[in-house]
Amino acid sequence: MANPNKKKIVLPVAPDNQAHGPVKHLHSKKVKLPYGVPGHGLTEMEREVSIDEPPPLPINEKLNVVGKRTKRADAIYKVTGTAKYTSDIQLPGMLYGKFLRSPHPHARIKSLDVSAARRYPGVHAVHVLKMEPGGSVERDSGHDAPAETYNIEELPLLRYVGQPIAAVAAESQYIADEAARLIKVEYETRPFVLELDKARQKGAPIVFEKVIEDEGNEGDVGVTAAEDQEGNLRGPSTGSFLGGPRGDVEKAFAEADFVLEREFRTQVQTHCCLETHGVVADWQPDMLTVYASTQNTAGVRDDLAELFGLPKSKVRVITEYMGGGFGSKFGAGHYGVMATILSKKAGRPVKLMLSREEEHISAGNRPNSHQMLKMGFKNDGKITAIDLTSYGTAGVGLGAGVGRIAQDMYECPNFRTAQYDVFTHAGPGAAFRAPGNVQGVFSVEQMIDEAAERLGLDPLKYRDVIDKHEVRKLMRLKGAEAFGWEYKKPGSDPGPIKRGFGMAQGQWTRFINLNSSATVRINKDGSVAVMSSVQDIGTGTKTILAQVVAEELGLAAEDITVKIGDTLYPDGPGSGGSVTAGSITPAVRNAAYKAKMDLLGQVAGAWDVEIGDLEMKNGDVYSRSDSSKKMSFGEAVKKMRTNQIMATASRPDDYGGFEIGNGIGYGRLGSVQFAEVLVDTETGFIKVERVVAAHSCGRPLNPMQVESQINGGVIMGVGYALYEDRILDLNTGHQINANLDQYKLPYSKEIPKIETVIIEHYGAFSSTDASGIGEPANIPTAGAIANAVYNAIGVRLYELPMTPQKVLTALGVS
Amino acid sequence: MNRFEYIKAPSIDEAIDMMDSTVPEAMVTKTGGSAKVVKAAGTDLLDLIKEGILEPGRVIDLKNIPGLDKLSYDKEKGLAFGPMVTIADLENSPEVKKHYRALHEAAAHAATPQIRNMATMGGNLMQRPRCWYFRSNGHHCRKKGGTTCFAQIGQNQFHSIFLTNVCPCVHPSSLATALVAYDGKVELTGPEGKRVIPLSEFFTPSEVDVTCENVATSQEIITNIMLPPVKSGTRAFYVKHGQRESYDWSMGDVAVVMQMDGKKCQDARIVFGAAAPIPLRREAAEEELKGKTISEKVIAKAAEKALEGATPLAQNGYKVPLFKNLLKRTVTEAIG
Repeated sequence: MANPNKKKIVLPVAPDNQAHGPVKHLHSKKVKLPYGVPGHGLTEMEREVSIDEPPPLPINEKLNVVGKRTKRADAIYKVTGTAKYTSDIQLPGMLYGKFLRSPHPHARIKSLDVSAARRYPGVHAVHVLKMEPGGSVERDSGHDAPAETYNIEELPLLRYVGQPIAAVAAESQYIADEAARLIKVEYETRPFVLELDKARQKGAPIVFEKVIEDEGNEGDVGVTAAEDQEGNLRGPSTGSFLGGPRGDVEKAFAEADFVLEREFRTQVQTHCCLETHGVVADWQPDMLTVYASTQNTAGVRDDLAELFGLPKSKVRVITEYMGGGFGSKFGAGHYGVMATILSKKAGRPVKLMLSREEEHISAGNRPNSHQMLKMGFKNDGKITAIDLTSYGTAGVGLGAGVGRIAQDMYECPNFRTAQYDVFTHAGPGAAFRAPGNVQGVFSVEQMIDEAAERLGLDPLKYRDVIDKHEVRKLMRLKGAEAFGWEYKKPGSDPGPIKRGFGMAQGQWTRFINLNSSATVRINKDGSVAVMSSVQDIGTGTKTILAQVVAEELGLAAEDITVKIGDTLYPDGPGSGGSVTAGSITPAVRNAAYKAKMDLLGQVAGAWDVEIGDLEMKNGDVYSRSDSSKKMSFGEAVKKMRTNQIMATASRPDDYGGFEIGNGIGYGRLGSVQFAEVLVDTETGFIKVERVVAAHSCGRPLNPMQVESQINGGVIMGVGYALYEDRILDLNTGHQINANLDQYKLPYSKEIPKIETVIIEHYGAFSSTDASGIGEPANIPTAGAIANAVYNAIGVRLYELPMTPQKVLTALGVS
Repeated sequence: MNRFEYIKAPSIDEAIDMMDSTVPEAMVTKTGGSAKVVKAAGTDLLDLIKEGILEPGRVIDLKNIPGLDKLSYDKEKGLAFGPMVTIADLENSPEVKKHYRALHEAAAHAATPQIRNMATMGGNLMQRPRCWYFRSNGHHCRKKGGTTCFAQIGQNQFHSIFLTNVCPCVHPSSLATALVAYDGKVELTGPEGKRVIPLSEFFTPSEVDVTCENVATSQEIITNIMLPPVKSGTRAFYVKHGQRESYDWSMGDVAVVMQMDGKKCQDARIVFGAAAPIPLRREAAEEELKGKTISEKVIAKAAEKALEGATPLAQNGYKVPLFKNLLKRTVTEAIG
């Protein structure tokens, strides 16, 4: 069996930095695609593409379905409660699983007795973990496969409160919960360390004695190498997949007119998926079927096939509806592996959904950060140098880098960074909506604001001086217009409650996942289906796939049946890194186009016209040259020689190739957000009144859903800015707010008025030219709020979350 | 959640017969599934059971007992309400809104609309603290019969700034802040009959008994809550401050009930919530107001006095200026 522990960096799309030439085509054609922003110098770009590519799609204004506000395909099922999420799945004979987890942050298991649990009425299986399997949890080297038996010496060291030790499967959740408590464990506790600063000190308790072979996990930004691990410190990473250091930083600081040097701190944020992590695993002799709450059905299948030594064809993973992942639901996970083991042992399906507490302590989090940022400026505003040193902890995981914003957002010839991962005895980090960039914006964008003030410039206008991103320039313009931006002197309001305005901008890499395939099937009865393993994680993927197929076939979105989230269908991409729309929709359009050509070929034969003369629009098939030749789609399909036409296509390379490897596209997804806040200087209370969010995601396929994702990103950003904080008790290592009562999410009154500005931007990258919006929507919010808070009170907060306590302390109120 | 027996009591007398412990006793002396406790709405009780820190053997439901959800107002006798009156009932009562403004404000800012619809006033006064160590079954703290206070040496940003010696948890009822300010009384019924005690004597400081928050005994149930009638010239207000507006526990709340003669204050009761393990009267501050014409200066002096003797912990020093400012606002709003 393969060692599951040696993990390569798994970015949303693994950028393969090997030099690849563009894919060669036997036959290619030159096409002209829309390029730029309608109303702002829209032009055309000529690209050489495969002869199989569909003709360029005109701008949204000229389309019938794509780009139109379209109701979610599954809205009715969600609001009426008929949609079946993983947590709703009930199978005949299904058992319920429950973990026993470590109550200590660092301990060795001295003895373990499962006999009482095994004997408890209703219990069907008990399993003790010889390893910590699955996803971002597994961080210890040298473990082997899921074990059937164990001896004490083989049991893994416990390294955080919540680390899974064993689990039971029983006839009800209550029985399982009760039985898990009956497992008797004696622990030999060891010294532990939880704090970033203390874990770095000499003599701190060591989390991993052995060097960790992993290069990083899903949340990673800069890869830190195993050979750079010393004590709990790993790194530094001196760059990212976008490159390494550049220029001469010291010289540039010496030549700068002024240099700013500040420290910033951000907290650990947990994902708080409304549907907790979990699966229902059904091990059958001929097939393992797993209903999973996952962002990546194909990835879960691959993990389970590898761990259990099964061919991929005998593992089926299904995700019909998904209740939130935000980056934390990629692999099979320790719960997925355990449920499968228990199902195999018990010979019955096992449901294992994490409790809310388990969700907080063991299912991932956004690592914290301590950033030391130094930037040099010229009096004309030019940035001469950026130097960023950062430390962050993903607990027993990796991936606390924060450097891509500093590295890549503004033009600066001299850049240097040292980003360290620090191991602590706390739950593992995981990718979390724009890993690294949310933290990075909080520091960089506050410093840019500070520089603007020093230069006597409106911070919005100052960004026009230093930011060369053309689309973001337009976002600033349009966003400022919608917001009614007017620069106000910091802290200038009279009275105890002060109003402030702030803005910040962000950036996200345009990732493409080439493992994106789909099948389109046209049936003789006129029904049309699109199929892929790609999953809809709540963003509306089902709807945009229907729109793309409908546009191509001249039908309406509701005419298309969308069957996704099942690995029996062609592999789709995992939904992370904002890749989904940009990766799967070109494959879907190309498959629809192929099927359409097949259908038109048969119609053309019947009419004796050229295929190229035929058009499908508004539910009809007709000849462009002969208006007498016209029939409805329903009649046209009757000409089919077979009962169905089926075509499959995969995501081709970007038109024009990739910037890096075979997954990083040219152009960055920019974003600009504006915030208006009220700060009560007597109570420290901050209220975010209004946010204007200006974004681009290439061609917006369904503006209503784009807005919806932006709303979600902003709300999550408000939570990160003001409320959310994983609080660990430093004496026991327990998260003491592992609930949704004291771990504070924004509720209705905390949500500001949100206005969105969508810039329709064509880059001529693919047959749909769409990109994602999930991550960009979340990146600048906390930075914008921080700048607005400064603008209100004239005192800058360098630490998140910005609680009343921190505001009062910063103001020196006593 | 452990297995337990569930019984709907038909009457108070039968409920008293069926029960044998308070919830605090069930968590310290009658552990391991032996205790028989009562529940009203269960808003807090079920949480405690689900958190695994309370394992009762029997839960006796008071919901079916008739007559416990009555609210009445009489200008001679004042306000009286049964233990099963919900927070929403108080919030929506025109009499409460008209005559007991601070109580109305406290009800309107407690928990969430959904919880207010369910949670009862009896349960609200009897609920256990929200200290995150107390609520964690991984921390056997003093309140649960242990010897350590994890908050004193740990995360204490939301804890007490007064009476912090033994257990610095804050009393969770923000309604109690207003009820004490109105000089409310509570009627307890037990095997021996009824007794009426002022709410200011109902709550138990940690120094007296850290394992419980009030004087109710093993077989006592709150059967009535009474507030004296308000005189003309009574001015009152209540302010609660949390990190969030939609729903949050109090970081600090203040109730003020003043008897005014024009601009002159004849009498005043000031109570702080989320400042101590009990709703905390601030008598020294009250004295600063009594007999004075209320001005900004007088209010500021009272605010200073109100915080005298505060002993903030490592992380909650911010509560000192917070309470000063909240008190100023509450008094200003009450007379304004």
